[in-house]
Amino acid sequence: MVKDLRRDSPTGDNSAEFDFTATLGQHGLEINPVSVSTLQMNITRHCNQACTHCHVDGSPTRTERMEQQVIERCLEILNGDTRIKILDITGGAPELHPEFRGLVEGAVKSGKKVMARHNLTVMFEDKTDIGEKNEGLVEFFARNHVEVIASLPHYQEFFTDRQRGAGVFKKSIAALQLLNGAGYGHDGSGLVLNLVYNPAGFFLPASQASLEADFRRELLNRHGVVFNHLFALTNMPINRFKGQLERSGTYRDYMHKLKDAFNPAAAQNVMCRSQMSVDCDGRVYDCDFNQVLGLQSNLSGPVTVYNFNYDEFLERRIVFGAHCFGCTAGSGSSCGGATT
Amino acid sequence: MSYYEPEDLKRFSEIGDFRKDLADKFFSYYGASTSTEGALTIREKALIGLAVAHAKECPYCIDAFTTKCLEAGADPEQMTEAVHVASAVGAAAILVMGVQMRNAMKRSGV
Repeated sequence: MVKDLRRDSPTGDNSAEFDFTATLGQHGLEINPVSVSTLQMNITRHCNQACTHCHVDGSPTRTERMEQQVIERCLEILNGDTRIKILDITGGAPELHPEFRGLVEGAVKSGKKVMARHNLTVMFEDKTDIGEKNEGLVEFFARNHVEVIASLPHYQEFFTDRQRGAGVFKKSIAALQLLNGAGYGHDGSGLVLNLVYNPAGFFLPASQASLEADFRRELLNRHGVVFNHLFALTNMPINRFKGQLERSGTYRDYMHKLKDAFNPAAAQNVMCRSQMSVDCDGRVYDCDFNQVLGLQSNLSGPVTVYNFNYDEFLERRIVFGAHCFGCTAGSGSSCGGATT
Repeated sequence: MSYYEPEDLKRFSEIGDFRKDLADKFFSYYGASTSTEGALTIREKALIGLAVAHAKECPYCIDAFTTKCLEAGADPEQMTEAVHVASAVGAAAILVMGVQMRNAMKRSGV
């Protein structure tokens, strides 16, 4: 049985106007699971930042944290199935969870590639959310060959601080320089540093290739920073970002923009077809967005890490909602950036 | 109530309610000119569009091309520079008329 830790206030949209399943039908598309190559774990809602676009509503005041027994069960799942190749750890700021390092080491021991969704400024937080020592993060990442997926909305201070808070840009650049100093982002080092861009407002991202070229040029010229790839993500019209859209009276405009940009090719490559997403309490979802909206994966009943079975999980029907237009607009959007 | 309502931009296509053939030709030309990569990138075209929107003082166009610039990856410095180009060329267009004034003065024996 899962212990209910949810403190989210889901903001889904069930209106007929933005019926994602109907749009799939109009395009003759049926989107079903194909694999579980990635196990994504959202281990904490706690974060040292409170970004305007955050779909998790992460902030310093959130206290939900994954329990040890859920972590242990996830490690069992990873260890028991070679078809799951990647552990993708997110939050909140996952590094602030006191068991973050143990989780990484356990997954590495099982031969899995580990990816950490890293907000950069957490590098300078020297304690976990329960006050334990939390130093030497760069060295820890490097030692375990963790692929670092770092959030940096823009190479300009203006955009980054507007979205993530005053002073975040300068600290982010300092963190990137530390990562570079350890070998991250340099060709041939084997230490992968990817950046995540998302728009600092109510608009869609430019093409990933053009943004990556801009970031590469500007970060090198201005700050001597290098990285491997840039992922361009669309802001999801849920939770905190949805609240912003509603307050500015632009929610429906934004939704129409996403719906009008529906791309059938992107729909066929949505990330929920090849991953599972685990919440703090052990519930399983098709993606992190469904997780914060409380749209749990379902077979004959709700799926949790305790009743998870790889082959049975592929038999489920993916749970879709209006927010799915965010993953299928334009070039598509996923935790790994554009999908087309 | 003002003459310019941002919502009205969505009704631009109503211009095709009559003589749809002409509207279709216009929108096809407009899309090909502003929204496809060519010798200029989409971002460069968006910045030109933003400058022209200001020069023509068209609020609909300013709304549309501000979004278009952001979605093409332009940053605030590039967009502001584009508006300064429009402003400077507009000022130059007035100032260069001073040459006509100088001609008129000469014709008046000044």
